Amino acid sequence: MSLANNSKDKTRRASRVERLKLWELPEHGASPERYKILRRNIFILMIFVTTVPLVIMAAINYHEYQAGLKQEILNPLRATVSRTTHSFDLFLAQRLSAVSFVASAYGYDDLVNEQTLGRVFRVMREEFGEFVDLGVISAQGIQLAYVGPYDVKGRDYSKQNWYHQAQIKGTYISDVFLGYRKFPHIAFAVQRWNRQGKTWILRATIDTRRLNTFVSSMELDRASDAFLLNKEGVLQTPSKFYGKTLEKFPLQLPPTTYQANVIEIGNGHGDLAFLAYTYFADYPYILAVVKQRAEVMKSWYSMKSNLITVFVVSVIVIFLVVFGLTDQLVKRIEECDEKREAAFRQMEHNHKLSSIGRLAAGVAHEINNPMAIINEKAGLMKDLIEYADEFPQKERFLTITDSILNAVNRCGAITHRLLGFARRMDVNIEILDVGDIVKETLTFLEKEALYHNIELQLEFSVGLPGVAADRGQLQQVFLNLLNNAFAAVQDGGAISISTRARGPQTVAVAIRDNGCGMSEDTLEHIFEPFFSTKGARGTGLGLPITYGIVKKLGGEIEVESKQGEGTTFTVLLPVKVPDGSNFSY
Amino acid sequence: MSLDEIRVLLVDDEKEFLETLVKRLVKRKLKASGVGGGEQALLALREKPVDVVVLDVKMAGMNGIETLREIRRHYPLVEVIMLTGHANLEAAIEGMEIGAFDYLTKPVEIDELLYKVQDAYQKKALQEQKIALMQAAAGPLPKPGASDLLEG
Repeated sequence: MSLANNSKDKTRRASRVERLKLWELPEHGASPERYKILRRNIFILMIFVTTVPLVIMAAINYHEYQAGLKQEILNPLRATVSRTTHSFDLFLAQRLSAVSFVASAYGYDDLVNEQTLGRVFRVMREEFGEFVDLGVISAQGIQLAYVGPYDVKGRDYSKQNWYHQAQIKGTYISDVFLGYRKFPHIAFAVQRWNRQGKTWILRATIDTRRLNTFVSSMELDRASDAFLLNKEGVLQTPSKFYGKTLEKFPLQLPPTTYQANVIEIGNGHGDLAFLAYTYFADYPYILAVVKQRAEVMKSWYSMKSNLITVFVVSVIVIFLVVFGLTDQLVKRIEECDEKREAAFRQMEHNHKLSSIGRLAAGVAHEINNPMAIINEKAGLMKDLIEYADEFPQKERFLTITDSILNAVNRCGAITHRLLGFARRMDVNIEILDVGDIVKETLTFLEKEALYHNIELQLEFSVGLPGVAADRGQLQQVFLNLLNNAFAAVQDGGAISISTRARGPQTVAVAIRDNGCGMSEDTLEHIFEPFFSTKGARGTGLGLPITYGIVKKLGGEIEVESKQGEGTTFTVLLPVKVPDGSNFSY
Repeated sequence: MSLDEIRVLLVDDEKEFLETLVKRLVKRKLKASGVGGGEQALLALREKPVDVVVLDVKMAGMNGIETLREIRRHYPLVEVIMLTGHANLEAAIEGMEIGAFDYLTKPVEIDELLYKVQDAYQKKALQEQKIALMQAAAGPLPKPGASDLLEG
């Protein structure tokens, strides 16, 4: 029980170790499993090392570009706000100093006179344009003199806030207000002392439409909105999206700063917007520019979509390439392993064959000696019987000795064939008659032909020149081709073997069968190693070896085949012309 | 040419084979004798001259090829017929290159051996005749046998 538990534990541990070592190929184990693991490991590793840096790079780029682009867009905005603020500043300062100058230059006595006041007002209108009216207010807050379109002379301002401010601070600039006149204007008030030592106030109002021209001079795009606010968040100039003059700005006011600043806010319609703004140092206003975030980031979004497209496409390409590559690679490895194994098997087979061959040769040789003795003894016996003048049952004994000698001859033939088979292992080039070799080879197959009722037709041309080849190798060539022919024909089929000269330098041996034949496709592959149509029975090496031998002998193999009609293999072997060397054997 | 003047030395380490073959050749009127190895063969040749040596290629001790070399060196006129198994055709060919008269494969047909021996003897006789003629032209010599001449 505990043992079983132990072994289970071990396998679990082993599997974990294997999972950790991604780059290690499991040497042992079931073959298909092994390649699956290899394929998976390579795939994961390659994907990992290619996509991780890509993802990191993409993420870094994403953030860098985003930050960079934002700055690039927001900096000009900030500059515009800053510049416009200065323009406002200057405008207001000029108007205020004009009023201040008039108050100081003319004095109370002159300006209380409405004629003088009217002349001064006309000059101011000519010079600055946007002055709407001008009035002198007494220390008690009563309008003493007034020039302008409205009838406000004698009105009491003492209860109004601006009046008190002006009394305390000496100068005053109002928010935009409708006041008595029902259209937005700004009031400037300057306090002075008259000769009696009493305070008086010179008050001028200007039309705020002039302020709107500053906003339009900022040259903003259509989706942007620029406007002035006072410190209570009331619009001082009309806004495109947030209301008319003197309406309340719907969003929260930004924190106080006198530098141009940009913050992100909700735009009040569910999206984000950038708010560029600055507080005026000397006046109670805020200049604000609202730019829709979507507008600002338009180029970023197109950039981002490009970035994402490139990223996704490259990841897909990487996946495809890695998958294809891994598949190819592992297939190659698998093929190589298969080939290697097959080669090993073939080597082993060859080794076994050559061992058998050597053994056979040894046995054949050793048997020769006792056979020679039997031969001589029987021969001597025959001699004795023959030479004796009178021998009882002479004829009978002679028959017996003859049959012994015949049996010895048969033994000789058997050892001869055994040795011939064994000698295939050592290459020994001789001048050979192809007909003889074919006949020798057929002795291996005669039984099979008989058994399968296959008709063998031999057409040997007479007087063919010999070919230079190794007997064993040539036997192997014919044996392989004949084996294939036997495999191709049905019982009762026919195989014909013919030899004839083809030109003066070549002998052709044609082996024709009327068997199943081969398709074009098969024909293309038959000389490739490990290609076999015989399934498990075939090694896929017969024809490649045959081809190799024939090529080594300087010959060629021709194949003609028609499916269902049969196949003809023709072996072309070069004739060796005895060039004076002594081929006495 | 009669068979009884042919002196044959059979060399084989298989005693049974050797004795039987000697008996059969003697039955056919040849002056046949047998020895069981290469060294003995060389000794026997020194003792009494022969015309044809039938030499087994594969022997214990001094093998056929070495023995052949020695015989060719010391007794160039003596003809040698090689006996081989099928596996030793290469050795037979080597023997032919060194200067053996011919080769036969075991087991041998007695008639075939007989013909080969006769042919070898004839060749040897012809050679000797030629030499005798040349020597006659050059001057008288104490002994007619070339092999004896070399031995002396």
